[in-house]
Amino acid sequence: MDDCIWREMGLATEEYERILDILGREPNLVELGMFAVMWSEHCSYKNSRALLGLLPTTGRRVIQGPGENAGVVDIGDGHAVVFKIESHNHPSAVEPYQGAATGVGGIIRDIFTMGARPIALLDALRFGPLSDARSRHLFAQVVAGIAGYGNSIGIPTVGGEVATHESFRESPLVNVMCVGVAPASAIKKAAARGPGNPVMVVGARTGRDGMHGATFASAELSPETVAKRSAVQVGDPFMEKLLLEACLELYELGDDVVIGIQDMGAAGLTCSSCEMASRGGVGMEIDVAKVPRREEGMTPYEVMLSESQERMLVAVKAGSEPEVERVFRKWGLEATVVGHVTDDGILRIRDGDVTVAEVPAKALTDMAPCYRREACEPEYFRREQARDLAEVPEPDDYAHVLMKLLASPRIASKEWVYSQYDHQVGTNTVVLPGRGTSVVRVPGTNKGLALTCDANSLYCYLDPWAGAAHAVAEAARNVAAAGAEPLGITDCLNFGNPEKPEVFWQFKRAVEGMAEAARALEIPVTGGNVSFYNESSKDGSSTVAVYPTPVVGMVGLIEDLSRVMTPGFKREGDIVAVLGRTHDEIGASEYLAEVHGIEGGSVPVVDLAAERAAIQLALALIRGGLLSSCHDLSEGGLAVALSEACILGGIGGGIGARVRLPGMMRPDRYLFSESGGRMLVSFHPSAAGEVQALAGRYGVPVNVLGEVGGSRLVIDDTGGTGGRARRVVDVPVSELSRVYRGAIAWALES
Amino acid sequence: MRVGVVVFPGSNCDADCYRAIESFGVDVKYVWYQDRSLEGYDLVVLPGGFSYGDYLRAGAIARFAPIMDEVVEFAEAGGLVLGICNGFQILLECGLLPGAMLPNAVPRFRCDSVRLRVENALTPFTCLCHPGQVLSMPIAHAWGNYYADEDTLSELERRSQVVFRYVNEEGVPTPEANPNGSCHSIAGITTRRGNVLGMMPHPERACESLLGGTDGRWVFASAFEFLSGGVALGRLHLAGDGPRH
Repeated sequence: MDDCIWREMGLATEEYERILDILGREPNLVELGMFAVMWSEHCSYKNSRALLGLLPTTGRRVIQGPGENAGVVDIGDGHAVVFKIESHNHPSAVEPYQGAATGVGGIIRDIFTMGARPIALLDALRFGPLSDARSRHLFAQVVAGIAGYGNSIGIPTVGGEVATHESFRESPLVNVMCVGVAPASAIKKAAARGPGNPVMVVGARTGRDGMHGATFASAELSPETVAKRSAVQVGDPFMEKLLLEACLELYELGDDVVIGIQDMGAAGLTCSSCEMASRGGVGMEIDVAKVPRREEGMTPYEVMLSESQERMLVAVKAGSEPEVERVFRKWGLEATVVGHVTDDGILRIRDGDVTVAEVPAKALTDMAPCYRREACEPEYFRREQARDLAEVPEPDDYAHVLMKLLASPRIASKEWVYSQYDHQVGTNTVVLPGRGTSVVRVPGTNKGLALTCDANSLYCYLDPWAGAAHAVAEAARNVAAAGAEPLGITDCLNFGNPEKPEVFWQFKRAVEGMAEAARALEIPVTGGNVSFYNESSKDGSSTVAVYPTPVVGMVGLIEDLSRVMTPGFKREGDIVAVLGRTHDEIGASEYLAEVHGIEGGSVPVVDLAAERAAIQLALALIRGGLLSSCHDLSEGGLAVALSEACILGGIGGGIGARVRLPGMMRPDRYLFSESGGRMLVSFHPSAAGEVQALAGRYGVPVNVLGEVGGSRLVIDDTGGTGGRARRVVDVPVSELSRVYRGAIAWALES
Repeated sequence: MRVGVVVFPGSNCDADCYRAIESFGVDVKYVWYQDRSLEGYDLVVLPGGFSYGDYLRAGAIARFAPIMDEVVEFAEAGGLVLGICNGFQILLECGLLPGAMLPNAVPRFRCDSVRLRVENALTPFTCLCHPGQVLSMPIAHAWGNYYADEDTLSELERRSQVVFRYVNEEGVPTPEANPNGSCHSIAGITTRRGNVLGMMPHPERACESLLGGTDGRWVFASAFEFLSGGVALGRLHLAGDGPRH
């Protein structure tokens, strides 16, 4: 076979030779196409599998870890939470609206495939600087695409995060997380079983859209790959809404009707059929002639590789086909028997009477290559570790610095974004986006789920191990600040080209850091997604990799919704305090980058024991009813957390605070340090004794800073021993609020 | 008393309406869009969502669903019909209410909380409110910019068919307080008889304090009070006899 063919499909020569070995013959074109998509990074995780084994995946609540369409954890009383995050970066770079929309559609299918009703969506987004017109366009279109799909299908988008950086200019990141709930006893699996059982295609018809999308997502972006725009799928949320309702109704027919079900996302029918067969240890025979088409003249190759959206492959109990068809017909959908389960382990594709492909199912899945890429520490790493920041000058105008931070896209209110998402449909959203960690009620109960996704791309660039560990810790602090016990992690690992030793080093260190933090905090990773090749070249010359971005999606459980906690100050006279230790460290901080123009230094020290103690203390204080507010400290440090607690405080209109810095270090270092393991809390003076006592028990230092009151944020520095006392900030909360709420809209629309 | 919540393909606030109504202890059933009868129902709710994907135009296809013949007949016989968001759009498309929806003045989907002033407290859906009462409710739409020609608008105003108007904290309709640019800051209108209400805000999302507010209960409670005979029909404004405030 001409070597251009497999190369064009994204296979390396040694991979082609491995196929020859497995089959003992040359593959035909259909088979080669199937290998190419299944052995792409996107489907096989061939560059990441070996390392992902480091992540802790078990725990007392874990019902399903990695390996299925989504992770599942037990939340008691017979309920289970199903959740997963996935990237749709490459499609969104060339067709932002549809790329983002189909990203939403894909992750929603992963959740209802597992038998769960999806109840919430979150998004982690990265774009180039908002001073760049194209980045603004991508931002606006990605948000519109998420809104267009999520709003229509009626699943609330309740949270997420957005940040900008030069490295994402050509390679934006679009990660979507979906959370669903199901009876713990009714979780569905994507394994085909029982030779003779029929296999059905349900949902939308198959067209030529999205051909080789998985392969497209497994290469760097260049003018040539961008020309493969037809590899981007087009979404139809209305179709998916019908498919969702039909599938949930199908599950109600009884546990024995649906044997196995998998959605058709990347690599379409090829992926769903071989994975279902492989998981069940069976074979499968599919007749492509029976697959309903939306276009004339499609070849078997095209049918097998199409990534048309809103389709599912279902193996059902023999004899139940009429019942299945009836349910789908009720929702105006087709359900068509296209083949059956066999006992020989072979995935056999026919076109009527002609066999067009015959491959062991496991050859496409378990036997995919697995690489241990070379990792090489980049030269910048040690340089940044050693960088001396002692000479960074103290600012003259702290209020100005604070305003600048509140306006930075990473920190500023994302109201412009979330107001375009229906975040209340379903009537379960207890804490709305922008008011703290998003909390949704578990339908029909008094339990809540706190949901977040976090990553700091700059941290992860400067020190991927520490950056990933911080992402886990910050997510856990977020969830705990709402009063929720962290249950599980779904991770979305966004990196450049893993064949480059420096990129692979970033990946390796990040996975190691994530694994260590997840173990220390005892939060299992129940699944996730790896997205490599987030690199681009504008002119075909050298490519630029994105800053490594391992997004941590986390779900936490609130047993009693009457105890849900929010970050805004509530009451005049409440005491304001910081739990945890503030270190004199400004490396990698938002302050250093935004105010001093230095994106560098060493990231805050990782102290997982301190993180664990702070999280446990926060949960104990909240469950004991001792706190009025709780806010985790992250980007922008104490100054930003104080501002947000004021802006979000009172009864909607904000409330002031007066605080005095203890003077143990220069005010800018204390105010803008991003040391981990800290929470900003407020409580009634009468609770002070109990707060101190509990903090002592958990070994967490408490620094009382001042009290809630007035309409201004006032920060005094006591100057410490021998220092000079002075007022460093005195700003009306209304002014903080104006900047914080307006910044993104001004950046996008002016 | 029995309430029906119509389920169109693509409805997505049907379950929310169902649960809100159920919380009043009222008998509520889903009505499938292909059903051909509304016998036994006292109130029919057309819920929000994206019926038929909003393809062509919001509500434009749903109006041809088999159940809509029944809804029109039910309304013409004096039955109570409440159209929320997409349901309001369907009521406009099928002609039970006058006017049309344009895209929001800022042409984006907007999910937010708004204030509504009760302009007419003599309808079955507002009979427990007092005139001028300000209610807080969520909105979530991209096509909520109500439009009608001047004659229709002045007729709506003259006959007190404007039931809800978007207002600010002081209860005053201003351009800033109007989330979508609708004519006369209109958020909800009725038929001349008052038995059909279309509104863009979502009362079913404001029925629990845990979710941030309970002002939506005024709308449902009024309708149930009316249906249970707690409010005498004669007290209500059922035919055009000038604005009342």
